[in-house]
This record gives sequence, structure tokens and C-alpha cells, in this order.
Amino acid sequence: MSEGGAPDALLAEATDGSRRALGRLITIAESGGPSADALDRAMVGRPGPGWIVGIVGAPGVGKSTLTGRLAAGAAGGRPAEGAPRVAVIAVDPSSPLTGGAILGDRIRMQGLGDPRDVFVRSMAHRGAAGGLAGAVPIAVRVLGAVGVEVVIVETVGVGQIELEIIHVADTVIAALSAGWGDAIQASKAGLLEVADLLVVNKADRHGAADAVRDLEQMLDAGTATALGPDETWRPPVLTTVATAGTGVAELWTAATAHRAWLIATDRLARRRDDRRRHEIGRRAIDILAREVDQRVAALGPTAAAATPEEAARRVVRQVRAGGD
Amino acid sequence: MTPDGLPIRILLAKLGFDGHDRGLKVIARSLRDAGCEVVYLGLRQTTESVVIAAEQEDVAVIGISMHNAGHLTLGPMMVQAVADAGLDIPVIIGGIVPAADVPTLKSAGIFDVLGPGTPLETVVATVHAAAAAHPGSSV
Repeated sequence: MSEGGAPDALLAEATDGSRRALGRLITIAESGGPSADALDRAMVGRPGPGWIVGIVGAPGVGKSTLTGRLAAGAAGGRPAEGAPRVAVIAVDPSSPLTGGAILGDRIRMQGLGDPRDVFVRSMAHRGAAGGLAGAVPIAVRVLGAVGVEVVIVETVGVGQIELEIIHVADTVIAALSAGWGDAIQASKAGLLEVADLLVVNKADRHGAADAVRDLEQMLDAGTATALGPDETWRPPVLTTVATAGTGVAELWTAATAHRAWLIATDRLARRRDDRRRHEIGRRAIDILAREVDQRVAALGPTAAAATPEEAARRVVRQVRAGGD
Repeated sequence: MTPDGLPIRILLAKLGFDGHDRGLKVIARSLRDAGCEVVYLGLRQTTESVVIAAEQEDVAVIGISMHNAGHLTLGPMMVQAVADAGLDIPVIIGGIVPAADVPTLKSAGIFDVLGPGTPLETVVATVHAAAAAHPGSSV
């Protein structure tokens, strides 16, 4: 075992099916800095995963249980050798005070078949905005590079606007549960706007039929306005009881149909290109933010004589003059 | 935190038929407050499921809670399973363990045993010491 070894050696071991090597690679991806950069460089030219599915929804609607069911169903038979076909990245929040986290998604994903069929990794979001950990895009690239075909990314339990997932996933499933809200809630911007599929989980509970009706009405209104002339995908509304597995196969079939639609309409490649641009932009902003922070920290007492706007413009001029 | 400034990742689990997880939840919370990333596996795990999760999660430390008097059997089994997988991850046992059994467990490779009444600061310090003593287990 190459502890903390070169990315290429670890990538080779993980491709041969070493869980340990794959686990270590994702730690490197999470650690950021030069080692993560070197890993990303080693992956240039390697294929990404064939399909990236995102699961979003409020805390407690059953995302983890649903994710576990979907992953087990998608895994099917394990390949005789090499990496598993399916991987899950389950993101939970880090404490803003201590940086610590309890990563508890995994306990909802047990007893769903042979754990060797599905690689499951819990990830703390480590302060990133948008409901995902900052390392998710590079971790997804790692999984694809070692041969994982389907990656399911479960977000932090987000409500409405924490939607970084659309910059990672090909297909976004929004999970809700019975009694989650009414038609006005459904027409608010955010979560429901970005969903490619909608699923009402805990459908054995009172209010599930109402939730489905409200969502369908929202979609009826949306087709006339939000969806442009070339939008031919209407998000289906499905129901599941994830704890019992009810409806999960149908949900997966519907998600597969979305993928087929993405490919047939040439959107898959376009979405991925958009995502790469988004990541480049985000990283550029991160680099600039660090430079700005350094210069702001170094501001002298003269800054008090300027308005904050004037001082800020001076900082920007300094950053521009100093760059390459 | 590790020397790199990254959070220590620790896996917490209970093995076999042992339903008392209240203490483990308190420990999980304390470690979170101490800045650790706690992968919580909870009840009814096997040594194999713990090893698989430890590999996938790349944890630095494994914490096993025991309240069913199975520690002399399951403790060494856990250490052996970790070694068989080629992993260098320290195993800490917490819970109800008679003092007379502690030397046996330590000689079997258990990093430390934390009984009832152990101050939470000691728990955190032990986790840090375990992670530091096995540098191969963290990046």
C-alpha cells in the first residue's frame, strides 16, 4: 500500500478495486492545496463518470434512505474485478463553530445488499456554500477516473437556494415528503426550479396525494412560462416509500429516461461544459478572494480616511497590478 | 486537527447485538465539538462492515463501543480484521470493560480502553494521540 503515495499509483490501485486507495484519493481531493491540485492534474484526459445524479431536499425527507435504495438498485451485479459500478458521495454539514461534523448518512444506507457493490463516502461540507462540499467536483472526477459508472451525490439537507448541485449533477432529483407545503410553496423559486425529477417520499403518509397534485399544478403553470420553447422535458412527479423500497425502481427508470433525453438532445455534453466553466469561475474567484483578503489585512491606518468603497477600489487596483 | 490542519476523521460503531448506543452518541457529539469529522455507523455492525467503511471513509481512528461483555472476543477480532485488510488504523474501545481485562485488550493491539466516567477531554485527547501514533492512517 502506498500510503499518501503518488496519485498515479493510487489511481492504479483504485482502478484495480482497492477501496483503501480510492478512500485515500478522496481524502486527498478533500484536503485541497497542492496535493489535490497534483491529483487533479493526474486525472486530466481520464474519463469522468457516465452519469452523475444529485439528490436534493430538506432535512428529514428521506434523502439518505432513498439514495441508498437507488444506489443498491443501480449497482446490480458487481464487476468481477475493478472498482464498483456505483458510488455515493453523501454530504453533511460541518459546524461553523468548531469545523467538526457528524456524518450520519451512512447509517441510512445499510442492509441494502453487499456493501462492496457500492462505494459510499461521507463528506463534511467544510464551510462551502451551496449545500455541497467544495471537494465534490474533484471527488466525482476521481470516481470516474477509476471506473465508477454512476455517481450519486446526496447534498446537505438544503431548502431552497442552496443549489450548487446543479453545477455537479447531470440529473437532479428533488425529494419532498407528504405535507411539505402548499401550491404557493411549490411556485417559489429555487429547489423545484432546478429539479429534473420530483419525488414525494414517505408517500404512505397523509397528504402525499395533495403534494403530488400541488407539484403537478406548479408544473402546469411552469410549462407556459419558465420553460423555454426548446424545453421538452417535463419533470415527472413520482412517489416513494424509501424505507420499504416502494416506488424506487420506478424512480430510477424515470431518472434513466432523463439521462436518455439529455443524450438524445445533446444536452449532456453542454451541461458538462457549462459545469466546467462554472468550476473554473469559482476557482478563479477563490484565488482572487485570497489575494483580496491578504491586501485588506495589510491595509494601513490611512484606509480610515477613505470610504469603504474607495478603499475597496484601491485594493482591486493593487490586486490587478500584482497579478500575472 | 491533524498536523496539516485538517479535521481528524473517526468512525464510531457498535458490534453485534449490543443495543446501548446512548453513550456513543454523546461521544460522537463531543468529538464533533472538538472539531473531528465523525462517521457514525451506529448499531449492529460486523468487524467486516467496520473495515469496509473505514477503508471507504479513510478514517484515522476507529472507536468501538461495547456494553455486552463481548469485548474480549470482539476487541481482538476487530484489531485482527483491521490488520488483515492491511490497514494501520488504531482501535479504541469505550464502554463497560472490567479493569482486569484492559491489559489483555491492550496486548491484543487495542490502542486504549475508555471506561465509564472518562472525562470527555480525555476521550478527545486519546483520539488525537491515536491519530498521531498512526500517521499512516491520515494524509
